[in-house]
Amino acid sequence: MESRDTAALMREPTPEGRFGRFGGRFLPEALVPACQELEAAFRAAWADPAFHDEYLGILAANGRPTPVSECRRLSERLGVRVLLKREDLTHTGSHKINNVIGQALLTRRMGKTRVVAETGAGQHGVAAATAAAMFGFECVIYMGEVDVERQALNVFRMKLLGAEVVPVGSGSRTLKDAINEAFRDWVSSVETTHYLLGSVTGPHPYPWMIRELQRVIGDEARGQCRAILGGADPDYVVACVGGGSNAAGTFAGFVDTGARLVGVEPAGGAAVGRGIPGVVHGSLSQLLQDEHGQIIEAHSVSAGLDYPGVGPEHAHLADVGRAVYVPAADEEVLAALRLLATTEGIIPALEPAHAVAWVIRAAGTDALPTGSTVLITMSGRGDKDAEHVMGMLDAG
Amino acid sequence: MSVPEPGFLERHLRERRAAGAKLLVPYVTGGLGPRWTEVLEAMAAAGADAIEVGIPFSDPVMDGPTIQEASQRALELGATPTAILDAVDAVDAGVPLVAMTYYNIVYRGGHRRFAHALSGNGVSGAIVPDIPLEELDPWARAAESEGVETVLLAAPVTPDDRLALICERSHGFVYGVSAMGITGERQSLAASAGVMAKRLKAHTDKPVLLGFGISTPAHAVEACAEADGVVVASALMRRLLDGASPDQIGSAVAGFRQALDAG
Repeated sequence: MESRDTAALMREPTPEGRFGRFGGRFLPEALVPACQELEAAFRAAWADPAFHDEYLGILAANGRPTPVSECRRLSERLGVRVLLKREDLTHTGSHKINNVIGQALLTRRMGKTRVVAETGAGQHGVAAATAAAMFGFECVIYMGEVDVERQALNVFRMKLLGAEVVPVGSGSRTLKDAINEAFRDWVSSVETTHYLLGSVTGPHPYPWMIRELQRVIGDEARGQCRAILGGADPDYVVACVGGGSNAAGTFAGFVDTGARLVGVEPAGGAAVGRGIPGVVHGSLSQLLQDEHGQIIEAHSVSAGLDYPGVGPEHAHLADVGRAVYVPAADEEVLAALRLLATTEGIIPALEPAHAVAWVIRAAGTDALPTGSTVLITMSGRGDKDAEHVMGMLDAG
Repeated sequence: MSVPEPGFLERHLRERRAAGAKLLVPYVTGGLGPRWTEVLEAMAAAGADAIEVGIPFSDPVMDGPTIQEASQRALELGATPTAILDAVDAVDAGVPLVAMTYYNIVYRGGHRRFAHALSGNGVSGAIVPDIPLEELDPWARAAESEGVETVLLAAPVTPDDRLALICERSHGFVYGVSAMGITGERQSLAASAGVMAKRLKAHTDKPVLLGFGISTPAHAVEACAEADGVVVASALMRRLLDGASPDQIGSAVAGFRQALDAG
């Protein structure tokens, strides 16, 4: 790897919201003032110790800090020492809670009373609906019809939490179309409504703001790993990447260490691995698209990773070589889910099962030599996928 | 930044305005059906002052159900930017044409190549709603070097300082969004429409057109109480999706024309 100044990575983007050549704010004029307002609100809040106190206080009441657990049986089997950062143990069962609490506080600060959100797997939708209930906001969740079908339990949970769930029947009827619809709502309702985006995607300041709201994962894990590893950092830090929020939050804690950063994308939606620079949903990033610039549908067993784009900062980390992005195929993801369940008693969500799948595949090869120490972010628990996985394992 | 000479689009609209006309700019989705260029010709014959040609994008976030459906259907029929521009080149509409698309289509084609493809196929202007002022430079440079006039949009929430910049950097005309929201037919013209046009007119003598929700000739007349003209899209594409012939679309455009001429 070329030498580089890692201290400059994963800091604030340029005033235009650029991470290297990626990022920016590509939005209709009607939404520019709202993004400027959000940026100003976030800047002020993030510089305000009272905001951090309140944010971390609420997270503490909702399961933080999450533990780092040692996977003894899996480690023995793979010949690498595996540690898991347990975001699955938070309230609502995934890392998404970190982001929604932060954005709910900002929504209140901006004097808005309604939030809209998109969801793929339903994890962000459930987290957003939870935060809306906690803060008393009206909440509308857009979800592709395909995802409504494969994540019925989460749809029910969102409704139970008081949110309205709107199935989206346009385009590929998955996450990207849910985001389109959330933007369409927002442009019509921006004066009262905050768009509570779920990943490190979208126009500036979202990729930066959401990485900062998720960096609690990496900041905690860094200290916890050092306590476990006698002051050392893990050799590898691995996280799944759809839009890439849990990976961004994890990597932020390790970007200035010697750890190798590995993002695992679904083979059918590998935007960093197979994408071409382009603009969708407000930012310039790596994107699955055809020769004419039409967005290609991603295909993954995991609704949460079924996205043709990726956060612009990941595209930049790949550009400068600080992180590598590798694919995991659906079959090995299901096998990884089973192996983690039977060796460790942990049923992961399909999304972090991608990260586990890569570790299983790479362990003992040059990509992940025997004897290495590897931290995997367990971004969410598998309850939501149980029915879906049951169907696939039966069919298989 | 140098101010280029007004191009065909702006010259033509200024001339028509000076002659006392209210400006009518209908929209057609490129590639929507085998007869879409006949629709374009019928619009010109019915008294359009310029015509917007949509180059469909898979993820049109500014568009409501009608234009979404039109875009999706055109893409399913195999519409590509190149095929649409080639087809446009073969049409002699006699009025300026303005391409409307999203930034990824431009970016994928390459700024210079896309601008060149527009000018080379007789398209005078471009509307790319997801390029705000801050991201405009790379495209604006390419467009200016090819003589393509970039029409910018302003929204009711746009503050005055941005409005001034938008008016300065918009070429051809300035596109006022009549109401906060997406494209699509509405029951009545939003109250924000008149305010939008009045604010724009205070900043510029370039033609000011209102669009979004101009669904009937009566809406068009109402909008033109303040604005120089209107853009009409979903109301026409709804008819086309429902099976209207090019002649029938022409008649609908003529209905708008007559209402505007009658004031």
